[in-house]
Amino acid sequence: MRAGTDVSTARAGTGPNTPWIPVCRLADLAPERGAAALVAGEQVALVRTVDDDVHAVDQRDPFSGAHVMSRGIVGSRGAALTLTSPMHKQVFDLRTGECLEAMGREPQALRVWPVRVTCGVVEVRRP
Amino acid sequence: MVAHRLVEALRDRDTGGRWRVTVLAEEPRAPYDRVALTSYFSGRDPESLALGDRALWEHPLVELVRGAPVVAVDRAARTVTGRDGRTWEYDALVLATGSAPFVPPIDGIDRPGVFVYRTVDDVAALRGWVEQLKDQGRQVRGAVIGGGLLGLEAAGALQALDVRTTVLQMGTHLMSAQVDLGGGALLRRLIQARGVAVRVNAVTAQVRPGRAGRGERVGRLDLADGGRLDVDVVVVAAGIAPRDELARAAGLETGPRGGVVVDSSCRTADPRVWAVGEVACLDGACIGLVAPGYAMAEVVADRLLGGSAVFPGADTATKLKLSGVDVASFGDAAPAAPGALEVVYSDPVRGAYAKLVLSDDARTLLGGVLVGDASAYATLRPLVGTQLAGDPAAYVLPGLPEGARPGGDLPDDAAVCSCNNVTAGRVRAAVTQEGCTDVAAVKACTRAGTTCGSCLPLVKKLVGTELAKVGVAVSSALCEHFAMSRRQLFDVVRVSGLRTFSEIVARHGTGRGCDICKPVVASVLATLHHEHVLDGENAALQDTNDHVMANLQKDGSYSVVPRMPGGEVTPEGLIAVGEVARDFGLYTKITGGQRIDLFGARLEQLPDIWRRLVDAGFESGHAYGKAVRTVKSCVGSTWCRFGVQDAVGLAVELELRYRGLRSPHKLKLGVSGCARECAEARAKDVGVIATEKGWNVYVGGNGGFTPRHARLLAEDLDTATLIRTIDRFLMYYVRTADRLQRTAPWIDEVDGGLDGVRAVVLDDRLGIAAELDAAMAEHVSAYRDEWRATLEDPDKLRRFASFVNAPTTPDPSLAYVLERGQRRPARPDERAGARPELALVAGARLEVRS
Ligand code: SRM
Ligand SMILES: Cc1cc2nc3c(=O)[nH]c(=O)nc-3n(C[C@H](O)[C@H](O)[C@H](O)COP(=O)(O)OP(=O)(O)OC[C@H]3O[C@@H](n4cnc5c(N)ncnc54)[C@H](O)[C@@H]3O)c2cc1C
Ligand code: SF4
Ligand code: FES
Repeated sequence: MRAGTDVSTARAGTGPNTPWIPVCRLADLAPERGAAALVAGEQVALVRTVDDDVHAVDQRDPFSGAHVMSRGIVGSRGAALTLTSPMHKQVFDLRTGECLEAMGREPQALRVWPVRVTCGVVEVRRP
Repeated sequence: MVAHRLVEALRDRDTGGRWRVTVLAEEPRAPYDRVALTSYFSGRDPESLALGDRALWEHPLVELVRGAPVVAVDRAARTVTGRDGRTWEYDALVLATGSAPFVPPIDGIDRPGVFVYRTVDDVAALRGWVEQLKDQGRQVRGAVIGGGLLGLEAAGALQALDVRTTVLQMGTHLMSAQVDLGGGALLRRLIQARGVAVRVNAVTAQVRPGRAGRGERVGRLDLADGGRLDVDVVVVAAGIAPRDELARAAGLETGPRGGVVVDSSCRTADPRVWAVGEVACLDGACIGLVAPGYAMAEVVADRLLGGSAVFPGADTATKLKLSGVDVASFGDAAPAAPGALEVVYSDPVRGAYAKLVLSDDARTLLGGVLVGDASAYATLRPLVGTQLAGDPAAYVLPGLPEGARPGGDLPDDAAVCSCNNVTAGRVRAAVTQEGCTDVAAVKACTRAGTTCGSCLPLVKKLVGTELAKVGVAVSSALCEHFAMSRRQLFDVVRVSGLRTFSEIVARHGTGRGCDICKPVVASVLATLHHEHVLDGENAALQDTNDHVMANLQKDGSYSVVPRMPGGEVTPEGLIAVGEVARDFGLYTKITGGQRIDLFGARLEQLPDIWRRLVDAGFESGHAYGKAVRTVKSCVGSTWCRFGVQDAVGLAVELELRYRGLRSPHKLKLGVSGCARECAEARAKDVGVIATEKGWNVYVGGNGGFTPRHARLLAEDLDTATLIRTIDRFLMYYVRTADRLQRTAPWIDEVDGGLDGVRAVVLDDRLGIAAELDAAMAEHVSAYRDEWRATLEDPDKLRRFASFVNAPTTPDPSLAYVLERGQRRPARPDERAGARPELALVAGARLEVRS
């Protein structure tokens, strides 16, 4: 199933008026392990926390350019909830996309996608 | 090289964007590491020599124009003109044109077959020439004119190309600029012992063609003393001459032996023109080393931003490995100071020579020369100008372990990293004032150790001492979630019997873990309970490699390595692997671990690939895990006429015994069938070498960044005792080593060192041998192939979906290019369509994308 609802409006709009796009069921996501999703042609990394919150960020690792973020290790750093790139171990705050550890490179942030879970269905919206 | 450093430094510091930089480069490529030029011969492609982060050239305020030699500078108009007539205006002009090889005016020196050694193009032409001669099936003979640093490096390169090489040195001894007569004599013997001929006092008078019919190409050298030498190739390494032609033509002052004259701020008499690197003439001389050039680059960057830095003076210390011979010189090695004393230590049998130059009271170190064994270099170089803490001889006598050398605290102004001009004080400040708490942080913050790496042991020591001083007992905490070391964590988990990460972190740690502690806990649980990597909560702890049981590649695809114990594979096995590779379009390569790696598999293809491999009788090779990798072997007595034991048989037995064992770092073993050691077993964590009477076992070897030779643990063991010994050694290591600590550093740190290990493993001094034996027996009986188990479990297979909402759709960002008949990931420029002649391919069956 490709979540292709209304690609044109999804592309054109930004901000609060873009539509929510259903992606999968919450039950499809394992806690604290990312999963990739194809959303209107773009790749998103979804992460379900132990408390059943879901976060979504770009699947593309801005440092290596490879689409691998969902395959990184989920964890915490202080109060931040983190996702570590599996490529060269840069660490990002899942809530804000901010790069917390750039491994000696110029920090680059991950784009965060708005997410909500409605009736057990995970929906995202273009940032 | 220096120009590159300048741009880097400027972009680093010019945060306000005051300067826009244009780099006009004569060579057709981005700045590269000339110092590592010779590695081109050992197969490094020129791309990998590129300096620094490529992103620098994409910075909006930086423009690199390649292949654009500048032919004129107009100081009045403040412009430079390129060969193609283009002009550029400047507010400041920095000349960093380096040097050209000096070619002495010898009759016939311009014949085909005579090369210089400065650029990638030079070495490529040299290699091409030699290979073309080799293709004619001849033994190629070569000569290097010049026996200095560069000449010896060129000789090493020729020798690596299988050229029978002679070095012709005009003076009395080799490397006369750096080492003295005694050191030079030993150096000559050591180099000759490695198969390179050396002639000193050899002045080349004429370069002549060979026999008739070979045209104008070089054939022989005539020497001034009447001698002659038949050669097919000649490398001229007789010195360098600064490329000051632009400055000369622009009316700037040049030095007595060339070079653009600058003051200590690297500025010429024209306040808008600067010179740095080899072309700069400071205090009457140019310096042919990269570290002083880098220092000049930093000075100019600072000045351009309104600072007042001055060039601190050059550290001309050098350390090299010339065809495997260590040579180092530092400080004032040919004493100019009145009354200076020399302590000379010479051991022709061991092949080591050392000279220390001391002040007249025999206390202050002024300089020195080390040949054959330069292990004291890292300790001694920073001590130049300071008083030695003990008997000078103690610093250079052989056999002293690194730590046992008189230490003494380094003065703050002692240079620790000469590549990046970092002093001991700077390293200390990084710890005490900037809050660095480990070597990695200090490297990032000071750049120490980031170029050649030879100063790293010293940097480590300094950081350790400094941390200890400020009471940060060099923390053994794993990460912010666990305040204990891996060893302590192992014991805690073993004793408590906890089996999930959630329980362990709730009871003994804080937070939700991270990419450091989660894989460690996964590894500990695997050793203790032999569960599958993807069972229950384990799955979330694994690095992507262990999670999908394959190795992540740069583009997000994976590589697949089936196990081939001992490097043995049947023809049917090879065919099966070949068929899988063909059907899935995988790039195929023989690894350094004697097996086959299949690259470019997509996440969602892994189960299908492995179903085929498992059906053909293969199992996981654990190339992805911190685990036992391979047992490398030679063919041994089965076929080899020298073999004294069945090396392959033992290697297969060991690999099947230890396969799947998870450990703090990768583990490699090797078995050689006789003392000739074709399996390189002593480069492995455990190396076994056959003897007439049984097996010798060595431990603590590795390759990698800090190669170590394995050391003898026990001799002439029968096979059963050998296996028991390795069982205990491995289990003891797995239980007590730190995270990412291989066996060599573990042995250095474990109680009692190697003797301590011997006492535990052979004499059961700790009384834990039975426990270790039982743990290994349990591992062996609990082993199951991870991939077979995964294929049998639909729950585990679900993890291989490419997308949760499109499980079999390939990652649309992957793109490949065909090269030498196989595919490889497309580079960014190829994706952008910059090289249309290369076909982009994607997908399993190499469909060609338009
Ligand atoms: C494939 C292979 C190179 C090849 O094409 O030949 C290879 C490839 C990698 N090596 Fe290696 N090493 C390979 C043989 C070696 C060897 C040679 C050997 O085993 O005889 C060495 C030196 C011997 C040694 O290990 O002591 C070697 C020393 C390293 C090191 C340095 C380890 C050290 O202690 O310093 C690393 C980095 C690390 O592990 O931290 C490394 C890491 C890597 C990684 C895993 C880097 C990474 O994280 O992506 C590479 C990925 C493998 C892949 O994608 O499949 N590789 N690597 C070889 C696979 C052997 C195999 O069949 O399993
Ligand atoms: C094989 C080899 C091994 C070496 N090993 C060591 C070592 O171990 N340690 C050490 O300290 N040093 C070593 N050196 C020396 C070191 O490489 C040099 O000191 C260093 O490269 C000097 O840097 P530079 O920027 O001044 O000159 P370069 O690196 O030579 O850069 C000058 C650049 O300017 C270009 N150029 C010149 N004229 C023009 C023009 N008119 N217009 C446009 N571009 C122009 C040149 O093409 C060149 O690319 C080695 C050198 C070689 C060749
Ligand atoms: S890690 Fe090994 S395989 Fe990878 S580039 Fe380095 S040496 Fe080659
Ligand atoms: S001395 Fe070369 S990196 Fe420090």
